Amino acid sequence: MNYLERRVIHGVLLLAGVSVLCFAFGVMAPGDFFDEMKLNPQISPATVAALRSQYGIDQPLPLRYGRWVESVLRGEWGYSFAYNCPVRSLLMVRAGNTLLLTTLATLLAWLIALPLGVWTANRRGRWDDRLGLAGTTLLLSVPELVIALVLLYLAVRTHALPAGGMVSVGFGGLGKQAQLIDLASHLVIPAATLVLASLPLLVRHIRASVLEVLQAPFVQAARAHGIGGARLLFRYVLPAAANPLSSLLGLSIGGLLSGSLLVEVITGWPGMGPLLLEASLARDVHVVIGAVMASTFFMIAGSMVADVLLVVLDPRVRLGST
Amino acid sequence: MRTVSGYSESATTRAQSPGAPGLLCARELTVCYASRGEPSSPALLGIDFDIAPGEIVGVLGESGSGKSTLALSILGLLPESADIAGSLVFEGKDLLRFDESAWRGIRGARIAMVFQEPGLSLSPVMRVGSQIAEVLRAHRQEGSNHRKLQVEAVLAEVGLTQVDRIYKAYSHQLSGGELQRVALSQALACRPDLIVADEPTRSLDGTRQKEMLDLLRETNRKFGCALIFITHNPGLLAGFADRVIVMYAGRIVEEGPVSRVFRRPLHPYTKGLLQLMPTSLQYAGRTRGQHLPVLPGTLTDDDHLSPGCSFASRCSARTQVCQTEFPAEVAPEKGRRVSCFNYEN
Amino acid sequence: MKTEEAAQRARTPAHIRAVGLSKSYVQRAPFSHKKFAIDALLDVQLEVSPATLTALVGESGSGKSTLARCLAMLEKPDCGEIWFEGKEISRSGSWELAWLRPKIQMIHQDSAGALNPRFTAAQVIAEPLEIQRRESGPKLRSRVCELMEEVGLPANWADRRPLELSGGQRQRLAIARAIALKPAFLILDESLSGLDLSTQAQILNLLLDLQKAHSLTYLLISHDLSLVEQVADFVAVMHQGRMVEHGAGQDIFGSPRHAHTRELLGSVRLVESAFRAAQAGGQQ
Repeated sequence: MNYLERRVIHGVLLLAGVSVLCFAFGVMAPGDFFDEMKLNPQISPATVAALRSQYGIDQPLPLRYGRWVESVLRGEWGYSFAYNCPVRSLLMVRAGNTLLLTTLATLLAWLIALPLGVWTANRRGRWDDRLGLAGTTLLLSVPELVIALVLLYLAVRTHALPAGGMVSVGFGGLGKQAQLIDLASHLVIPAATLVLASLPLLVRHIRASVLEVLQAPFVQAARAHGIGGARLLFRYVLPAAANPLSSLLGLSIGGLLSGSLLVEVITGWPGMGPLLLEASLARDVHVVIGAVMASTFFMIAGSMVADVLLVVLDPRVRLGST
Repeated sequence: MRTVSGYSESATTRAQSPGAPGLLCARELTVCYASRGEPSSPALLGIDFDIAPGEIVGVLGESGSGKSTLALSILGLLPESADIAGSLVFEGKDLLRFDESAWRGIRGARIAMVFQEPGLSLSPVMRVGSQIAEVLRAHRQEGSNHRKLQVEAVLAEVGLTQVDRIYKAYSHQLSGGELQRVALSQALACRPDLIVADEPTRSLDGTRQKEMLDLLRETNRKFGCALIFITHNPGLLAGFADRVIVMYAGRIVEEGPVSRVFRRPLHPYTKGLLQLMPTSLQYAGRTRGQHLPVLPGTLTDDDHLSPGCSFASRCSARTQVCQTEFPAEVAPEKGRRVSCFNYEN
Repeated sequence: MKTEEAAQRARTPAHIRAVGLSKSYVQRAPFSHKKFAIDALLDVQLEVSPATLTALVGESGSGKSTLARCLAMLEKPDCGEIWFEGKEISRSGSWELAWLRPKIQMIHQDSAGALNPRFTAAQVIAEPLEIQRRESGPKLRSRVCELMEEVGLPANWADRRPLELSGGQRQRLAIARAIALKPAFLILDESLSGLDLSTQAQILNLLLDLQKAHSLTYLLISHDLSLVEQVADFVAVMHQGRMVEHGAGQDIFGSPRHAHTRELLGSVRLVESAFRAAQAGGQQ
């Protein structure tokens, strides 16, 4: 079996494990979706019981899990009690929105962090390096919640940006270009929050990786052969630093995903975050499981991308060091 | 920077190195590493030496003697924390006045270096052939096809036969001997006038060590490039180097032709080092568990700062004056110099 | 000479003995189904008599270090037996090995890497004693001082950290840590190769003194034949995972039988004779 096949199988097993755990914890927690109805005097206990048996909540756990797996295989991903529709249709739209936000944020964060990390590593100990370190320390100590609130406050005060949601009212009536601009302006605050929150760790890791390579004997040797400047950086330093950095990429994708759930809730981005929150509060079990599964899937896919990148970039991994 | 007392007087009595006009002339070369809060510790203390075109000079010394600092100074690769003073004239130009871009034109092109660990001195993520090509690219404007031919030629020159395989290989796919040759071919690629080799045989076994020495000697004969060979093992210099410079605690304590220095060492340190040399004859009468001959003591940082002779604390022939004054350099015979009050004993 | 040595070896039981050791590593490249097996050890026999110094020589990649790691129980051989003080140890579980581990110690080449840079010299030496609960309190402190003195480190250096010491001093510290638990068998994996000639001789003399005092058995791994010749009672030569020659030091250095040994020795002799010629004032 080759590397990629093994990785895919690991991923599938991991997803199955997560689904079992999610299901067990979601169902074993006291209370369910219909408990609230019992408080309503207008609905008779018999009606509630009928509803519960209709949705299969009164059945034992393994059976319910089996039915859920069956519905997953049908492509429905369970059934939402609250929305009264299959989870899939709910989740696809939300997951797409989350993916749009996190992909953009990851891309932007790396585009900013990479040159910043490389620059500060090259200027180690000088004033700009110290400034960078101070800046990242400051950002590191501010929770993303605060960053989001500050940005929202600025948006509301200046009216420069929409302070929530994904599109403006009357989005459908706009032209293609205007639609794009509208979407982009709504993306600014959640994306900026995510970028600012993940930036300090990325910059520091990149700086540390590049510093380590800069001190490696082969970089010294390359300098002794008269190779310097940009050539040294792009041909020697960065390719050698790519190994730890591609692992970091996998981690940063996972980190941004979990971070985005919170940021989405605060900034009103209609991604999986608000959906997960509502569903958890309402005990809409299948939606919760679906959302968790989707983010697990993204995370596994992210680390797989990183691993494949590692194999492509590093001949020691690709060829097996003997 | 620390003033190097006691040295300036001795400079006047300095014995002229043979082989002048030199390819590389160092005068009063002093290097100090500044460390935070502490007085900077000198690694080289007013070194004078000359390297003639095409000669092989062995630099002999133990760790802490300043031999690696010397190598880095010649290539302008000292860390930023180092202060360097004196002059280092290469083909009439003082290298110490060079800025980074001027250095880049010298390194690899005119003065090249072979490192101690060839496996570590090659990038692990770049094909070996490309790394040699990079050296050529840094110094010559040529097409990449032409460059590839040149790389293959230089690989063949260092005695590698499977040129194609080695060109495409990564460093982890090569054996120790192959790596050492690749490292040498990188140094040779631009036909430098001077190669500095810092213990290039330290991690090699006897067979590979001999191969490497032969290869360096052959390179020196074929291309006429001068060679500075840094080592802690005097045994490697016999039959290999023309001249030997013995370093101790940042100073040159003895210099001369290898044959004469080895036959009649003058400095007590050189004498002690040569006595350590394992020569199989001396084992015949040795009983099991008997101690080996040693040079007692170790070289410490305090020796660098001592006002007297830095070797005094380990020297069996020391006298009163050795502790208070650094011995001036004298030239007991043509082409030799030594810094010792009691060299005649 | 040879028969006398052989007879002596037959009389004294081997301290540690490897019988038919084999070990291979399997590697696999990603994105392909190919597997490579690298034979690190192939049917290796080795016998080390008590209170002797056996040198294990061979070029890099010959399997020396793998053999050492198997003997130090850091790795399990694929097949074969390892006998230590009359017991077969290669199949033992970790509980059974617990009493054995202090008796077999290993000293690495790169002492800077093998010693925790945040520990002081005293902490480095005290650590194994504390883990094995051998000593504590003032007794521990006096034992640490004793060990430092024994390896030639001044007792007032107890607070220095490994990186403040020179290569030779670090190696002395590593030796002190290794002998703290009163081992019987010491494996020195290229422990001397990073050192200067003068330091090498000093450390070798220290090892000889310690051997006399504690009747230690040494396995010295080295690629430097001229160093080995100075001290080895027995020499084992490895080449491409096999033990190609194993015998008394004088025999191997006097009349090497295997072609590989002859080749290794030949180049050493060439360098030596050039040196002797230079000393005698011969022409270069």
